This record gives sequence, structure tokens and C-alpha cells, in this order.
Amino acid sequence: MATKTYIQAIAEATIEEMERDKSVFTMGEDLRHSVYGATAGLVERFGEDRVLDTPLSENGFFGAALGASLCGMRPIVETVTSFLWVGMDQLISQAAKMRYMFGGQAELPVTFRVRMFYARGASAHHSDRNYPVFMNTPGLKIICPSNAYDAKGLMKTAVRDNDVCLLFEDGIAISSRMEVPDNADLPNGELLVPFGVANIVQPGSDVTIVGIAGGVQHAIDAAKVLEAEGVSAEIIDPRTLVPLDKETILKSVAKTGRLVVVDPAHKMCSAGSEIASIVAQEGFWDLQAPIQVVASEQVNVPYSPALEPLIYPTPSKVVAAIREVLD
Amino acid sequence: MALDKQQLVEMYRRMCRIRYFEEAVIEIHSSGELIGPAHPYIGEEAVAVGACAALRDTDRIAGNHRSHGHPIAKGGDVNRAMAEILGKSDGYCKGKGGSMHLADFSIGILGESGIVASSVPIATGAALAAKLSKQDFVSLVFFGDGASNQGACHESMNMASLWDLPVIFMCENNGYAITTSYKNSVSVDHVSDRASAYGMPGVLIDGQDAIAVWEATNEAVRRARAGEGPTLIEAMTYRFEDHSLGLDKIRKSEYRTQEEVDEAMTRDPLPIHRSAMINQGFATDDECDEIEATVHTEIEGAVEFARNSPYPKPEDLYEDMWATPV
Ligand SMILES: Cc1ncc(C[n+]2csc(CCOP(=O)(O)OP(=O)(O)O)c2C)c(N)n1
Ligand SMILES: [Mg+2]
Repeated sequence: MATKTYIQAIAEATIEEMERDKSVFTMGEDLRHSVYGATAGLVERFGEDRVLDTPLSENGFFGAALGASLCGMRPIVETVTSFLWVGMDQLISQAAKMRYMFGGQAELPVTFRVRMFYARGASAHHSDRNYPVFMNTPGLKIICPSNAYDAKGLMKTAVRDNDVCLLFEDGIAISSRMEVPDNADLPNGELLVPFGVANIVQPGSDVTIVGIAGGVQHAIDAAKVLEAEGVSAEIIDPRTLVPLDKETILKSVAKTGRLVVVDPAHKMCSAGSEIASIVAQEGFWDLQAPIQVVASEQVNVPYSPALEPLIYPTPSKVVAAIREVLD
Repeated sequence: MALDKQQLVEMYRRMCRIRYFEEAVIEIHSSGELIGPAHPYIGEEAVAVGACAALRDTDRIAGNHRSHGHPIAKGGDVNRAMAEILGKSDGYCKGKGGSMHLADFSIGILGESGIVASSVPIATGAALAAKLSKQDFVSLVFFGDGASNQGACHESMNMASLWDLPVIFMCENNGYAITTSYKNSVSVDHVSDRASAYGMPGVLIDGQDAIAVWEATNEAVRRARAGEGPTLIEAMTYRFEDHSLGLDKIRKSEYRTQEEVDEAMTRDPLPIHRSAMINQGFATDDECDEIEATVHTEIEGAVEFARNSPYPKPEDLYEDMWATPV
């Protein structure tokens, strides 16, 4: 089996879906020269009509992708979390609402691939981890792969899905490498990961740790530290936040009685706080300790290397939270 | 009106300041001391310097991600700028902003922005304030050819013209937005051609010639102060370096030919200004050499200042979030 990086997995998924279906095309900024790493060779392979380098006009081309999708195309749009703000009108007032507003007439099979840079000294304008904002708007599917395998499988599912999908590519995870099976080695000849099915990264009995995107790796690292002390942690990666597989989380909490959520987003109204709220409302009687949410500080991302690392979840913050719930 | 000796010399000094500052940033970046992105202004110095030479301290500017040249041209302090780039507490933004967000409100620098075109409405609003409060300052915004395609840019120009605002839209057309060429992203031959659609003058100039930039800006500032409204200036320029430091290691192919880069580099704004001064008898070779030497020392001092400045402390993390803390 071949090992691949997250970004290679995304590139493979793009190529496979464009090959499978002529209505799939890609648009975004600087695709030809692959500034964000996942589109090298696409123009040469599929031609300029199917690989559109757009002007710097996010609200315009996000909307154009939506319009094209209403008329039979399946666009893949490449962008960056912080540039979503520029296209917010199209994302919120159109993408999320059209199908419902028009009584189910509108079909919007668009996939937004959204690179999520943070923790690399890029400062407040280029470090947004903004998936919770979009969870708060009904009508958008939110996908947060934490590894290469899921990135490929979820991306392919997103392209085939008939709703607007926002796939957040964690900037910390994108160069991580893992075994991703080649299609020839798969029973169905391809890798598809369904939405709304959490991955139990490792089973355990003392505490449930739910990790989101890059938070999964922190959960794994923290669990290793505590394993040496005899703590058995169950790690769950929801993989998609909308839809969210709450059953798997509730079942795990029923077993462990303790929950820590690790979310790289800002803490207020985060995915972490939503999961904590669900468990508080639906799993209260299973809990043996207050839930802990390890998320980013409620402050803009500072530039200085002396400050930026303080704001994000880290394995040691997760370890401290686990100790807290076990206390 | 023409520029006098003192102004011309000061312009050269600031162009050198930007050039050497950027060279120092590149060196610091290659040594691994700088982790975040930085976008060198080398090759485009005449635009910022020519434009700011037509402004007063009370006039406002705003800029973009290619962010070091504009504040230095406006008279910003290289020590504090360099300290900011290294994320130190003596930096312009106490280390909170970094390379893409230099600002010095005390001399009218309303800040550089990492989101393309997002300063254009800000500068428009500054001009609105000047008009509403009947003050005679103007505002000037630096933005790229790529930025000219953002809705925010078009919307701002329409409002500015509609309301006769004292704002100068200074488009730095360096032919590219990262790797995307002008011709693949703009539907008209020149960004300045769009001015007529907003009902304002559009002026196309040689952005490698600081004096030409000053002339066009000076006329635009005159119009603005006289209540005649905005001007769109398009300065044709070229960036001699890659889009950002380290991009060459990320992108997968070349987007400019070496011949094109070499050709553009024959029109280096520093020697162009230097010879103009010498040819017109405003400076001698020795005086120019002297300026260069002084500025080199100044920049070495800035690097040392930045390196010696302390990092912000953990307790500074939540400082400056609110006017009234929540
Ligand atoms: C809204 C937004 N989209 C995309 C980017 C990524 N980006 C940064 S600089 C840049 C190109 C800007 O080109 P231009 O306006 O011509 O300025 P130049 O870099 O050439 O000086 C792009 C696409 C961004 N920062 N903001
Ligand atoms: Mg440009």
C-alpha cells in the first residue's frame, strides 16, 4: 500500500472525480501554478476550460460556481478560510439558502475546498479556523478531514453530493502522510468515506476525546502520554461536523462517563461547544465529570512567535483537561 | 510646481531605505529567523515614494500585503517596522500584526491589510471623514492589479466619485497577482481605463519613475483638496522578487520568463531616480553614494534594534482587544 500526503490525497480525489464525470470542473486562484499544492498538472490534463484560474474576485466566482451548479455543472472551488469572508454573501445568502427558499427546486452540487492555515506566523488575516461560523448557518455541509485517507474519501463523496459542501483542509495536517490504498486494492475500486460517520481512532474505556481536524493529532499525542499512566482513552474523529455523528459520541460517553473535546477553532460557539452542548443535553446522566473543551483562546491570532503558540490547543493542554475530568 | 533638491534627495533616501530594508528582510528570512510570510517591494519603490512625496503627514494612506514600502515611504520608522516583522514588543503593533500589518496612525498610516482589496473601502471612508469633518486631509490607497478585480474596489470607486471624496486610488500594476498574469485576469487593457466608468480621471503612468509618480499624485491631491473628487492612477511597475518569500519552494512551475524579469530589471527605479537627480544638477555622485552608505548603516541599526527588542510577554496576549474590556 502506498503512503500519501493529505494534499496528494486531495489532488488524487480531484483527478479521479474530474475523470469520472465531465460536469466536474475546478476553479480558483493560481491553480495552474499550484500555489496551494493540490492542482499541479490539472490544466495540462483537463484543459483550461475545466481548470479555471479566476481573477481575484471571491464573491464573484463563488457565486458563479453556484450558478453553474444550478445548471448541471459540479464545480470544485479552491480557496482559503480567510478569503471565505470576501464571498460571504454568496455562501450564506445563496449557497446555504437557495434550495430551501426555492422549495427544493435548486440543486447545488458545489464543493468548496478551503485551506485552513494557522500556527505558522501568518497573523490575524490568514489564520482563520472558521468552520463553526458555517455550522451556525443551516444548509451547508461541513467536512473536516484530519488525515490523508479521510481527505480523499470525503472529498470524493463531497463532489458527488448534491448539497453545498465546505471541506476544510487543516494546514497542520496537509503535509502529514499515511497509507491510502490504491483503487486497484479496494473492493469497490475506489475510496469513498460517507458523511455523518465518525471514526473511532482508538477504543478506550476511561475518557472520550473528540478531536476536530488538527485536534485529532493532539488527542492522539495526549492519549499516548496518559497511556503510560494507565489511562485508556477513546478517541473519536467526527470527520464531518454537518452532518454530525452524535450517536457514536454519545455511545462512547455512555461507556467512559467523561468527555474532552479538542477544537482548533475559537472556543466561543465552536464545534467543541456544540458537541459539549449535545452531550450535556442528551447524555447528562452518563457523565461523571464536567465536560472540558480545549479550543483556541478568544483572541485574534497574534503574529509574534512568542504569542501565537499560546492560543491554540496543544497536547499538553489536552493532557491537563483529561486529568481534570479524571480527577 | 516642481520638486526641489531637498525633496528629490529625500525621495532617493526613502527609496534606498525601502530597498535595503527589503534586502535585510530577505536575509533574515533565509536564515530562518522569520517564520511568517513577507512580500518584498523591491522594484516598486518609486510608486510608494513618488506618491507619498505628494502627501502631508496629516494625509492618510492604506496599503496591502506588499506592505513594507508604503509605510517607509510615508516616513515610518524602520526600527519599529523591523521589530514588528520579527514579532517584537517594540514593533509598530507590539508584535501583534507582523509583516502584513504595519501601521503608524500618528503619521497617517492607517494600516496594511493581508486581505486583497480590503484597504480600498477603508481609504474611501477616511476620505469621507475628511469631507464630513471639513478637514483638508486626503487619503491614498495602494492596491494591486489583482485587487482591482475585487468588488470592494469597484464599489469604493463608485462611492468616491458619487460623493466627490478626496481619495487617490493608486494601482500598482506589476503585471501579476501571485502567478496570475494581468491579461488572464483583467478584461480591459488598463486598470485606469475603468476610471471613466466611475466618472473620475484615470491616469496611466510609468511607475519606475518616482518623479512621474509624484507629478500624477500631486495633481490628484490638488483635485482632492479642491473638492473635485477622486482620481485613479495606474502605475506600471514590476516586482523584481517572487510574490512572497519562500513561494518559489511552494509553487509548482514558473509563471514569468527569465527574459521578462531581466528586461524589467533594466528599469530599476533607484538608478533611474539617481541619474535624474544627477543629470538635472540636483545631486552629485558623491552625495548619492553618501546617502546610500548612511541608509545602509540605518538599516543595519534597524536589524540590531529589532533583534535586541524583547518579545511580548504572555500576559500581553489579551491586551488591545477592546476599548472597554468585556
Ligand atoms: C481576498 C484575498 N484573496 C486571495 C488572497 C491571496 N493573495 C495574496 S496576495 C495575492 C495577489 C495580489 O495581487 P495584486 O493585488 O496584484 O498585488 P501584488 O501582490 O501584485 O502586489 C493573492 C491572490 C488574499 N490575500 N486575499
Ligand atoms: Mg500585482
